[in-house]
Parts: sequence; structure tokens; C-alpha cells
Amino acid sequence: MKLRQKKTMTAYLFLLIPLVFFVFVRFVPTIYAFWLSLTDWNIISPKMNFVGLDNFRELFSDTVFLKALGNTFKYVLYGVPLVLALSFVISLLLNAIQKGQAFYRLIYVMPYITPLVAVSWVWRWMYQRPPIGVINGLLSFVGLPTQRFLFSMDQALIAIVVTTVWVNLGYCVVIFLAGLQTIPREYLEASKIDGANRLQVLTKITIPLLNPVIVFLVVTQSILFLRIFTQVYNMTDQGSGGPLNSTKPLVLYIYQKAFLSFEMGAASSATVVLFGIILLITLLQFQLLKRRIQY
Amino acid sequence: MTRSDRLVRILSYITLTALIVVMVFPFLWMASSSFKSTDEIYSLTYFPNKPILDNYREIFGSSLFLRWLLNSAIIAVITTISVLFFDSLIGFTLAKYSFPGKRIIFVLILSTLMIPTEMLVIPWYIMSSRLGWLDSYWGIMFPGMMSAFGVFLMRQFMESVPDDLLDAARIDGMSEFGIFLRITLPLVKPALATLAIFNFIGDWNAFLWPLIVSSTPKMYTLPVGLAYFSSENLMRWEMIMTGSTVSTIPLIIVFLLFQKHIVKGIALTGLKG
Repeated sequence: MKLRQKKTMTAYLFLLIPLVFFVFVRFVPTIYAFWLSLTDWNIISPKMNFVGLDNFRELFSDTVFLKALGNTFKYVLYGVPLVLALSFVISLLLNAIQKGQAFYRLIYVMPYITPLVAVSWVWRWMYQRPPIGVINGLLSFVGLPTQRFLFSMDQALIAIVVTTVWVNLGYCVVIFLAGLQTIPREYLEASKIDGANRLQVLTKITIPLLNPVIVFLVVTQSILFLRIFTQVYNMTDQGSGGPLNSTKPLVLYIYQKAFLSFEMGAASSATVVLFGIILLITLLQFQLLKRRIQY
Repeated sequence: MTRSDRLVRILSYITLTALIVVMVFPFLWMASSSFKSTDEIYSLTYFPNKPILDNYREIFGSSLFLRWLLNSAIIAVITTISVLFFDSLIGFTLAKYSFPGKRIIFVLILSTLMIPTEMLVIPWYIMSSRLGWLDSYWGIMFPGMMSAFGVFLMRQFMESVPDDLLDAARIDGMSEFGIFLRITLPLVKPALATLAIFNFIGDWNAFLWPLIVSSTPKMYTLPVGLAYFSSENLMRWEMIMTGSTVSTIPLIIVFLLFQKHIVKGIALTGLKG
């Protein structure tokens, strides 16, 4: 056998198990999820009927689904700008100091690697009503009115967003900081010599050059907030997404449909909707990244 | 340095330090609550007046926390080893061999990154119930045995290994698998370390799939166990905080040991975009 042939054989041999894995644990399940979304299958009944797009029609007339979809967009719309703005400011500040940068960065990253379930319960404990919740204790200590946080229809979702921002902040800071450090010093110094002030340097040089980083973070953070589940499951009463569905995101809706009421068909169609939204955002990223800024 | 530069620097230090309090406080509050007695938990003292270890004694004595720690450790270690082995093998093959279908295979593997786990859990559940994998270690582990992101990462690093080195080993009569194992793997150690740490943290913290696939408490992983334990002990906040502390400590240790790799690894994932 020739060396070339032998190498080709070796390559296929090495890829054999991985291909089986990616086909049977990734591709076949994806296709199966699409197929299930067109059936009325309930895990208890042996029959599986093809119902076309009926599930989707039902979903979009289900008030709980629409509520969950709306909540999911709220998580993204509140969470992503907040985490990006905060982490951008922090990374600018970190970039301005010289000593202790690594130490500060380390502290900001810590929540990101902490188990989300533990984080959720710690924040749930801090958000408790007065007199037992520490945040309310702090509020009344400085003379501000106490809040109901997780028990309030208006505040619970925002309270969960704040916890999630606290978790994701460090990740975004590290990426912004890495991006800032790729900007050549000469650009910044040249613009200073030309008489640009700090704000001009920031808006005319730094932000445009960071464009790819910003797009990347907007997309990854949006997907993260779209897929929010663990925090809501652990921070709301009995993992219900309450009070009165006010915090229930899409994934919790899917979880309840599939694993509490066993409507696999309907749940799968909700996952198809989630997949569609994520795909749209990812494609948007590619479009936005095409327009790179050149200096 | 101009005066305004110095001012900016001082203000930066002040703001960053103030923010650190916000970042660290939940950890301290968690730890301090875990040393409080039932009587003291509802008084908002920052440090317990009479710190006690009873909560820890109770949690290890009468709950399944030790078992959950063990489950999580077993699952995270085995999946991480599997990911390291297979992802670097795939990366090596895709970087160092030319064969028909190579591009398609790479694109297909990468395209799985776009499929959200949430879409796969229902088919995985059905598959596991048909094959008898529900409520077992294998059932929890099998979806994570390889990672498309790891393939992407390892392929990039494998490409930087010089071909001459591999050819020299071939002339010396080394087998192709031997070349992979003994020549290339040692050269991509930093990438392996990054992949290992991220995978370990991800497996340790995973929640949705373990929650779905495990049904008896003795098979729970630590996060699922903690969620279960907390809802069983609702309003016993000193116990919930003890459980949270116990689940967090192993990761803080990993974090402090490998902080440089973690920070570098995050930056690496960001710059691929």
C-alpha cells in the first residue's frame, strides 16, 4: 500500500468514532426534534400522529407561550445592554491602571465559574423580604424604601437579570480587555498629538476598532440570555417562573411542557422556535462582521 | 505622566475597588450565613456571633451531599478526559492529513455549535429511555463526550505543529497513533490545559440535562442535588447557604490553581469571533 493511501485510511480510522458520535448525538437528534415538532406525540400514548404545523398554530395562540416568549426578549433587552455597558466601562478603567490589573480582573471573573445553582440560591436569599433579606436590610439602613424583588410581578424578572449580569460581567470584561490590548498604542498616541481629547479618542478610535469584539459579545450574550433557565428555575417558587409566569422564559416553558406534562410534540416545536431565533442572531453576526473597519 | 492622567488613574482605582465589594459580597454573605445557627440566620449580622459547624456536620451527615460531590467529580473527570482525547485526535486528523471529505467533515462538526442543547434534550431523553440509559452516569455523560468547540480549538493548535517533525518520526518507524500521542500532544499542552479546565467547569456546573436524565437523588450531580436539597429545606437558609458553599469551594480551588489558564481561555474564545 502506498503511503498516501495508508494515511487516508488512518485518517478515516481516527474519525470513525467521532463521526458516529456527531451523527447520532448531534445530527439525528436535531432532525428528530424537527420531526417531533410536526407530531402530536405525548410520551404516555403509543401513537404518534403527523399534525403538520398545528403545534406552531397552537403555540402562538397559547398565552403562556406568548408570555414566555415576551419574557425571553425582555431578558435579552435588559440584560445585554446592561452587561455590555458595565463591562466596557470596567475594562476601560482596568486598562487605565497599571498595578493590580490581574488581581481586579480575577475577582470579576470569579462569579462566572461559580455553579449557577449556588449563585441563584445565594441571590434568592439576599433578595428576601425585610427583615431577613440583606439587600432590603441595606436599603432600609440608608433610608430607602424596601422592595419585594422576587415576590413582585414587576421586579422579579429584573432581579434575575441583575444576578445574571453579575455572573457574566467578568467574562465580558476579560474579552473587552483583550480587545483593548490589541489596539496599537501608536494610534492612541498619534490622535493625542493631533489634539483629540479623551472622549474623541474613545468614540473615534477605540470603539470603532473594538467593533468585532462588541458584535461578538452582543451575539454570545444575547444567545446566553435567550437560553436562560437555571437562574429562573432556582430563584422562583418551585421553579415555576412565577409570580404568575412573570419570569418564565422560553426554556422553562419547554422544560415544563416536555418533562412535567410530557407533551413532546408541542415542546419540540417550541425548541424549533428557539433554534430559529438563535440562528437568526448568528447569521446577523456574520453580516455585521463583514463590514470591518480598516484604518 | 500628566496631572489628568494621574487623576484618571486614581479615580479608576476608587471605582474598581468599590465595584469589587459588589462582586465579592455575595460570596462572603454565603460563607458567613453557613456558620450561623437557626436563631442567628435571620439577624443581619455580617459575622456570626457564635460561629458553628453544625450545619456542615448536618449536611454531610444526613444528606447525600458527599454522594453528589462524588457523582459530579466522576462525571466531570471522565467527560473531560474523553473530550481531551477525542477532540485532539479529531483536531490532529483534520490538521495533519489530507483525504477526501475533510472539509465537509470539519464544517459539519463546526455547524453543530449552532444547535442549542435545549433542542437536543428531548430526543436525548427519548433515546436514553429506549436504551435504558436514564438515571445512570452514562446517561448524564454521553452528550458531552466530545465538543465541537474543542475540535475547532485543537485543530488550530495542531496546525502549528511542524510537518517535518511528524515525517521524521515516521522515518523512525513510529506508528501514526504513536505520532499523535507522543509527538503532537506534548506540543499542544497549553491548549489541552485550557480545554480541560473549561470542560471541567462546564460539566461541574451543568444543570438542565442532569436535571432531566437523573430521577433518583443518589444519581444527582451537585447542582441538581443542591437545587433539590434547597427546595426540600426551603426557609432553612443556613442549610441552603452551607450547601451552596460546599458546591462552590471545589471550583474556587480549581479557579485559584488555574486562574491564568482560565483568563487566557476566555480571551481565546472571544477572539475567535
